[in-house]
Amino acid sequence: MSKSRSKRLGFWLVILALGVGMEALGQFEIIDGYVMQVIELIGINIILVASLNLINGFLGEFAIGHAGFMALGAYISAIGTVKFHLPFVVALLVGGLLTAGVAYLIGIPAFKTFGDYLAVITLGFNMIIVNLLNNIEYVGGPRGMVGLPKSTNFLWVFATTILTLVILRNLVYSNYGRVWIAIRENVIAAEMMGINVNRAKLKAFAIAGFFAGLAGALWGHMLQYINPSSFTYLKSTDMLVMLYLGGLGSLTGSVLGATLMTGLLEVLRDFGVWRMVISPLILLIIMLTRPLGLLGNREPRFVVPKEPKAAEEVSHNVPAAR
Amino acid sequence: MSLLHAEHCSMHFKGLKAVQDFTLDLEEGELVGLIGPNGAGKTTVFNMLTGVYVPTEGKIFFQGQEITKAKAWQINQGGIARTFQNIRLFGDMTVLDNIRVALSFRIRYKMLDAVLRWSQYQKEETRVIEESMELLRLFHLDGKQHFLAKNLPYGEQRRLEIARALATKPKLLLLDEPAAGMNNKESEELMQLIRWIREHFNLTILLIEHHMPVVMGICERIKVLDFGQTIAEGTPLEIQSNKRVIEAYLGEEVED
Amino acid sequence: MSYFIQQLLNALQLGSIYALIALGYTMVYGVLGLINFAHGDIFMAGAFFGFFIAVMLKLSLIPTLLLAMFLAAVLGIAIERVAYRPLRKAPRMSLIITALGVSLFLENFTRATLGGQQRSFPKLLNVQEFALGGATVTNLQILIIVVSLVLMLLLRYVVQKTMIGKAMRAVSDNKEVLALMGISLDTVVMATFGIGSALAATAGILVGMAYPVIDPYMGIAVGWKAFIAAVLGGIGLIDGALVGGLILGFVEIFAAALLPSTYRDGIAFAILIIVLLLKPTGLLGRPVVKKV
Ligand SMILES: Nc1ncnc2c1ncn2[C@@H]1O[C@H](COP(=O)(O)OP(=O)(O)OP(=O)(O)O)[C@@H](O)[C@H]1O
Ligand SMILES: [Mg+2]
Repeated sequence: MSKSRSKRLGFWLVILALGVGMEALGQFEIIDGYVMQVIELIGINIILVASLNLINGFLGEFAIGHAGFMALGAYISAIGTVKFHLPFVVALLVGGLLTAGVAYLIGIPAFKTFGDYLAVITLGFNMIIVNLLNNIEYVGGPRGMVGLPKSTNFLWVFATTILTLVILRNLVYSNYGRVWIAIRENVIAAEMMGINVNRAKLKAFAIAGFFAGLAGALWGHMLQYINPSSFTYLKSTDMLVMLYLGGLGSLTGSVLGATLMTGLLEVLRDFGVWRMVISPLILLIIMLTRPLGLLGNREPRFVVPKEPKAAEEVSHNVPAAR
Repeated sequence: MSLLHAEHCSMHFKGLKAVQDFTLDLEEGELVGLIGPNGAGKTTVFNMLTGVYVPTEGKIFFQGQEITKAKAWQINQGGIARTFQNIRLFGDMTVLDNIRVALSFRIRYKMLDAVLRWSQYQKEETRVIEESMELLRLFHLDGKQHFLAKNLPYGEQRRLEIARALATKPKLLLLDEPAAGMNNKESEELMQLIRWIREHFNLTILLIEHHMPVVMGICERIKVLDFGQTIAEGTPLEIQSNKRVIEAYLGEEVED
Repeated sequence: MSYFIQQLLNALQLGSIYALIALGYTMVYGVLGLINFAHGDIFMAGAFFGFFIAVMLKLSLIPTLLLAMFLAAVLGIAIERVAYRPLRKAPRMSLIITALGVSLFLENFTRATLGGQQRSFPKLLNVQEFALGGATVTNLQILIIVVSLVLMLLLRYVVQKTMIGKAMRAVSDNKEVLALMGISLDTVVMATFGIGSALAATAGILVGMAYPVIDPYMGIAVGWKAFIAAVLGGIGLIDGALVGGLILGFVEIFAAALLPSTYRDGIAFAILIIVLLLKPTGLLGRPVVKKV
């Protein structure tokens, strides 16, 4: 018991050291701005992939239009900072919350279907969002918006990423998460256990939308310009690749998948056009050798939150739960 | 007033009349059997009663309230639970979590409590774990709470499914062929178990079962379906000697 | 009126191309339950095969078409062998992501080896214009519509009447029948990928002739559209692909005619969503029954 506690403590110390260390390296320009931006991109991708995991991994649905939510967050927050001069925090939160609202509304019709049809519908909404943004002059149409304040920095991304992961983890290992996983495992049985399946799905969708919105807001205020063409299905596809690379139903897998794929694309930058050949090849090799992704649905023990007291006696001396 | 009242219920699937003019009254505390040859429509009756299908015709009342068109989750929250002919556990979840899912709609904490793991969360989860473990103990599944449900042996999966149904605290329990795939000794034990849970949980039970000794041994009343029609109804003794039943069902089953 | 006929022809042309590609999606889906995301890129590869055959071997239309169909079929079968078959028992999602990987690989490999620029497709047909009820029709348009229709009828015949077609249907409906027929699943899958890819190559060449440029990324948007067409009609159904393709073609052309063209994609998707909400398994699809 004390061993697992010290492991947990160690884990958090490493996280803290990572954050402070990186920030310091950035401040003293030991890591240059370009690398720092890549690191920020990794954080943003982690948020996107982990939130998509909620739908595709834990809830077991197949949504492939996550970039649409990212776009909404980016645009709404950009309107906040550029047009209404809101403080960044406020714009960020408004972006996330409104995106969650839209996700909820989209979910109402979308969850009337499931499986591949749900995939098509989510993709459809992704396309429609991009199409609308292209046609709204207020947000610059196809040219998009420029002159976003450079509000996103390493600390913002780092804090949001960690917070996102902790929140998602705590939800997944609570009654909410159990309900989602039960729906994935057997929807008819779940419904027969008194679970309002539709409402549970909508909740998950709204939460995923919220975090995708946050990620979009961070992204926009990192690059300082946004346009609709950054949020097409190609972006959604990137997220899917990272998600499945890491493993469905594992938040650690999402972190791994997003980090590896984003990192890989940067490392391969010197290879020019071959970069985009090598990275899918690597994906293929991994899928063929590990069809469930790198981690499958496993989660290392020290990131799984502890059960309340009563469970301690229950859980001692038992084989691994997952 | 009877606990469950179904009147003139029919279920048609594009021309196939799976169940026709089915009427049933269950009094509180009864243990009633529903039998019939393969494809007779027994599972379809369960599906109508539990909101999986909305009957093509007829009405269903539970404790005086109409539930004909209610959703499965509403019906379950209202007090009807069931097991499935082909086991439907949450395979990739632990035994404990299978039970906890069944308790979920009674859990009183909000999303914020879950995220922050506040005392309300701790309190509720503690209560839920204790309740679940209690139930697992009754079904001799304690000690296996951290196994994945899919890794349990068949008999224990059946038991877990019943335990999970009971966790929703039903008044009426529908069991769809709980002894399927069990040998004589196991189904004898199951029979004891069913008798016992009826007493212990104060339940009314409707039981589908092919295993005749089980049905005849524990049911007070039996309804027989054949090709969707109710062909007989009565005590086990009456059913055993009913000519139509023997023709339709017992004949083929008993001989082999 | 003449404007209307003009648009009608454009819609037919676009729709039959979507339908040709949608057929490949739908056939693979029917047999393996896989959304073959690489199918759009086989369409692209088919266009490039046609391009090089016509430019380097200087063949005329029909031989170019046949040779490109053959090469695309080989490509499709090879992809199945290398990337999909090892995963046949893996979860469906893994297979779909693998298909995404194959798709990215094909696009970017083509781009890396042949360059990303647009190439103008060689003239395989002397384009002539005809007047039809005030509208102008080209022989190319007629060719596209006729070739698509003939191939679709042919496919329908194959699926309904031949041994291999019956086996394909058996795979999706009733696996036991397949065993009785003495045809292995591998053979059926091979035939499915071969035929689907050949049809996609035809579409690639027709698009190349009509627009008349090709590039390594031409398969992405068209591929998605064709996939949507397949879903719209009811994925897994041959006739569904035809219906879905034509409807999508009509919607896109007429939406573009009535609204600013920038709304075209949005409208197409909006219609798709509405159809799926009203009829969740596509226009021709039968409702899924919950079996408990
Ligand atoms: N969703 C459905 N769609 C079409 N037909 C169905 C559906 N559900 C059941 N049926 C048909 O209704 C009839 C009755 O089926 P049911 O499952 O109720 O029989 P059963 O009495 O439970 O049989 P068994 O003893 O084999 O479990 C069967 O012919 C079955 O094929
Ligand atoms: Mg049955």
